[in-house]
Amino acid sequence: MEEIISGFIQAFQLIVSLNPELLEVTALSLFISLSATAIAALIAIPLGGVIHFREFAGKRVLITIIQTLYSVPTVIIGLLVFLIISRSGPFGFLGLLFTPGGMIIGQTVLIMPIMIGLTITALSGIDRNIRDTLISLGATELQSIARIVQEAQFAILGAVILGFGRAISEVGVAMMIGGNIRGETRVLTTSIALETGMGNFGLSIALGIVLLAIALVVVLIMNLITSGALADSDKILGGPRA
Amino acid sequence: MIRISGLCKKFGDCEVVSGIELEIRRGEIFSLIGPSGSGKTTLLRLIDLLDRPTNGSITFDGMRTDGPEHERRTVRRRMAMVFQKPGVLNTTVEQNIAFGPEFRGVLQETIRTRVSAALEMVGLSEFSKRRAITLSGGEMQRVAIARALVTMPEVLLLDEPTANLDPLSTEIIENLIVSINREKKTTVVIATHDMAQGQRLTHRMGVMMNGQLVQSGYLYEIFYHPLNRAIATFVGINPIRGGVVESNENNLATIVFNGIRIQALTAFHEGVRVAVCIRPEEVILALPNVCAPASSARNCLTGTIQHLLPFGPFTHVHIDCGIPLTALLTRRSCEELGLAKEKQVTATIKATAVHVIPDT
Repeated sequence: MEEIISGFIQAFQLIVSLNPELLEVTALSLFISLSATAIAALIAIPLGGVIHFREFAGKRVLITIIQTLYSVPTVIIGLLVFLIISRSGPFGFLGLLFTPGGMIIGQTVLIMPIMIGLTITALSGIDRNIRDTLISLGATELQSIARIVQEAQFAILGAVILGFGRAISEVGVAMMIGGNIRGETRVLTTSIALETGMGNFGLSIALGIVLLAIALVVVLIMNLITSGALADSDKILGGPRA
Repeated sequence: MIRISGLCKKFGDCEVVSGIELEIRRGEIFSLIGPSGSGKTTLLRLIDLLDRPTNGSITFDGMRTDGPEHERRTVRRRMAMVFQKPGVLNTTVEQNIAFGPEFRGVLQETIRTRVSAALEMVGLSEFSKRRAITLSGGEMQRVAIARALVTMPEVLLLDEPTANLDPLSTEIIENLIVSINREKKTTVVIATHDMAQGQRLTHRMGVMMNGQLVQSGYLYEIFYHPLNRAIATFVGINPIRGGVVESNENNLATIVFNGIRIQALTAFHEGVRVAVCIRPEEVILALPNVCAPASSARNCLTGTIQHLLPFGPFTHVHIDCGIPLTALLTRRSCEELGLAKEKQVTATIKATAVHVIPDT
């Protein structure tokens, strides 16, 4: 019990004094996970759109596979990406193993399914009638897709934020691809694992608090966004009208 | 304007519309009328080139429409469709209305002018900055109409535009449709299951049943000369079945129903089994022993009132004269005549008001 209390006190001191190591690890974590989220979103949203709007054989099967991959263990993605970018792998020549670049690739692969899947769900939530309306108003296929994505923006943003949440909180890829090299690839989660092993509970707890604080910010942003949507539905349900 | 021939649409094995032959004329209001599920929406979607027909063709202003998508879009951009559900997007009223011209790459300045003109026309100018999804059902449907109008369509397609709306909103939208047709000379095709609406708005009408266009023509033809029993029932007549043509001289026929004789104008020959359609408003009621008011009337039947059924400001009087007859009277005349159940009355019908159809 004493250990925990003293750990919290130490953590408080580290955070308040803006401990350089703590800041460095936090900054790298944010950089890697935000990059992975941005890249994954750029690929996943259009891809989700294409899967939703096009009719093709095996569409149902593909969506089921994507949904299954929501819960793929991070270590499996770690293993897969490791095999591809390690020296002897097909992309070994790029020298990405044990670099932040490699970690970004790993996290991008990890969160892609959840973003594609939730984008498809978000688009399915838009009434079929809206698409017909846009086409009948003379929209080209691209114009109508762009407009429908915009219509589903809140739900799609939710998908992106969820992807970020998964990226920043995972250990498997960061550990296997990054290697937890101090000052280079050490991030919040791998740091917590290491410091706990070494008995530095104060630093571990401090890192944990920072991680939770980031999660809190994510939740707050999400609530802010959905409250915008909720305000709309209030009006639909007969709330105050301007 | 639009010529449809041999049009057929299947979804899987299910033939939703088949064998449609129809011409929509420039500048008219044409209504497609029929019960729910009769294929009206499918036909409108085919006309708007949203779906491709399984068979048959549609020409728009002399142009074929079976080309690739970009050609069909060029034609589609000369039309606009308003769906049963208004389908407004989650943005301002103004932006909702601007979609059509934006998709066509019209200059922003021109769009602004056109949008405010359209808002003016549908009477929603003060709502331009409001979020469209916060409007009432009737207002949203007006947004949908304004959104169609800004594209300056040559043909406006409306699919049940007033279903689910209150009478006041319905009236606003009906007036709007008529004024669009008059002022902008826009050809209008409206699908509705509301007979009275079809009657109020349109010049010509097509009746759809089970995916087929069973009759089309001017209102008078549809309402007074339905081609068969199903159409007659739909336009508000209960055909009286089981008649046989007893004699026919120069198209003035006598038809016998269980000993009751009715005279009608028809070309059916002696011995043919027929049903007759008599519109309730063509039946004139009087108390018995009172001389029939219309001396030219050929048919005079006496019967007992079965029941009286209120119908808005009117009353439907169901009479048994050996054959079932229905008369439509104002409430006031019912009271003045002192009509009540079991009372005896005389019904008078002109031979010209009796429409004869085959009894099949």
